[in-house]
Amino acid sequence: MARHPESPDEIYAREEEPDEGWRRPPPVEGASLRAVVGEWSRKNLFSSIPNTILTVLCAWLLWETLLPLTQWGLLDAVWQTDDSAVCRAAEHGACWAFIANKYRFILFGLFPYDEQWRPLVAIALFVAALAVSCVPSFWRPWLVVLWLGVMVACGVLMWGGVFGLRFVENGRWGGLPLTLILAVVGIVCSFPLAIALALGRRSNLPAVRAICVGFIEFVRGVPLISVLFMASVMFPLFLPEGFTIDKLLRAQVGIILFTAAYLAEAVRGGLQAVPRGQSEAADALGLSYWRKTGLVILPQALKTSIPAIVNQFISMFKDTSLVIIIGLFDLLSTAKAALSDPPWRPFYVEAYLFAALIYWIFCFFMSRYSQFIERRFETGHRRS
Amino acid sequence: MPATLNRTPDAQVAITLDGVHKWYGAFHVLNDINLTVHAGERIVVCGPSGSGKSTMIRCINALEQHQQGHIVVDGVELTNDVRTVDRIRRNVGMVFQQFNLFPHLTVLDNLTLAPVWVQKRPKAEAVQTAMKYLERVNIPEQAGKYPGQLSGGQQQRVAIARALCMKPQIMLFDEPTSALDPEMIKEVLDVMIELAEGGMTMICVTHEMGFARTVANQMVFMDGGAIVEKAPPETFFTAPKSDRTQQFLSQILTH
Repeated sequence: MARHPESPDEIYAREEEPDEGWRRPPPVEGASLRAVVGEWSRKNLFSSIPNTILTVLCAWLLWETLLPLTQWGLLDAVWQTDDSAVCRAAEHGACWAFIANKYRFILFGLFPYDEQWRPLVAIALFVAALAVSCVPSFWRPWLVVLWLGVMVACGVLMWGGVFGLRFVENGRWGGLPLTLILAVVGIVCSFPLAIALALGRRSNLPAVRAICVGFIEFVRGVPLISVLFMASVMFPLFLPEGFTIDKLLRAQVGIILFTAAYLAEAVRGGLQAVPRGQSEAADALGLSYWRKTGLVILPQALKTSIPAIVNQFISMFKDTSLVIIIGLFDLLSTAKAALSDPPWRPFYVEAYLFAALIYWIFCFFMSRYSQFIERRFETGHRRS
Repeated sequence: MPATLNRTPDAQVAITLDGVHKWYGAFHVLNDINLTVHAGERIVVCGPSGSGKSTMIRCINALEQHQQGHIVVDGVELTNDVRTVDRIRRNVGMVFQQFNLFPHLTVLDNLTLAPVWVQKRPKAEAVQTAMKYLERVNIPEQAGKYPGQLSGGQQQRVAIARALCMKPQIMLFDEPTSALDPEMIKEVLDVMIELAEGGMTMICVTHEMGFARTVANQMVFMDGGAIVEKAPPETFFTAPKSDRTQQFLSQILTH
């Protein structure tokens, strides 16, 4: 927000900064580091008998867990070998060599080995487009164009068949690109659908309301697994002979519909939190329903529901791993499949840790980003 | 601004309420309301809470729907048709007790939103108009701030400027100072008095009797959903006809 010169009105405007200065003791001249540390720990760790007991207990727990973990994960770990026997010999160490040997399979699945630069470039494009989309001042119409471009480029890279690229059917896609496609396309498509459903649920038109309520309540009542299963097994039974819809597409649609139903409820919560007066003020100014909704109500509703929305996206990101039950190889499935190579079979902990780390990086990013966005759209205390 | 500085009560009729009734379920909120407002007139509506004052003025710009009777604003009869509702809302500005500024937009964006999207005016022109009205309500320096950063009095002045940016013929005020701290009431009333002096047609629900005495051409006292007394302020304050009005005035004027 723009800063303005100090004026008498600034007195109202200034947000009160919590002044914590009084809590801190005055700095002691020439205090040694040792004295400072001693002072700090006396105050925070050993201030009372129960506190001291807890401190000792925590220290013991950390010692008991972190030490063996470091031993296993770093000190005794085998980092580089092509021979699984070396790993088996190092009984008490992690076998990161397994990841070193299998990371390409885990990341890219059954995608032809020589062509795996294609999914890599696709992921890079995807992540770059995501990074650009994260900057609020770039939220302009050209961003949609950018995304369409990235989607086409990713499609060309993944499928191929043009520009001399070998055609790769999407049954061979797997690993991280598949997870990202399912998640990002899921997020991008379920979000507008969820907004439409949430608005529909509050509509004055009985038919619209009934359809939205029916859809939301039905989808929320069934587990994602059964939605995917129906999409994969039941749905083709109802299609006319010789007419098929791609399995990946069916799973994607299933995920979109499922997420949208949950998301719609998160958005509805935000809509309900917008005071009635906002809608009345927009009406009084003569704004039409869609302008009122788009310019006044939704921006406020979405802001309040950011935590719930991101919660849903994070949960959906991880739920994409359920596509394994219909035979799609997402990141978790490829990690699991990498273990089916007999010599490397014992190293499942390493495989799952590696997959977990990748999931965690994306989810942690989403979580931090949601906090950033919440702060970005904070516009002072709401008094009205 | 309307150029009608003609303040004779016989000027053109701005608003007519003719036998207006409204019920909330079995509760009769508005009971046979008849009121004529001429262009340039300032009507102050008072009465105990729950007497239907707010409901009445909210019926005029269709924030509430009346169930019986006729409401005609600037020659347009208010019906359920979206087009007539739109036409009337473009002519009628409204200021609310709770300000109802849009908290996610800056003051300037609050002021230009409707002119740009509803009246399709160019952004630059809308900004110019907005700054003009912000100057009139004495807070041009707050244009870049968000409503949440302003005091209540400032917010209400912004709300008045926002309504004025639509260049309405009529302004409705629904208890504009009731949510304000005492020291902020004056700054808002000053703006309203200036507006009245400029010849704006106003209907104002308020308990500020000093303000009423200064600006009103006509006082309207409501109780139990009906208009009990209608009189010019001189007679209204000194010689009210009905007992109920007397009682009400003695209640609020003794403090």
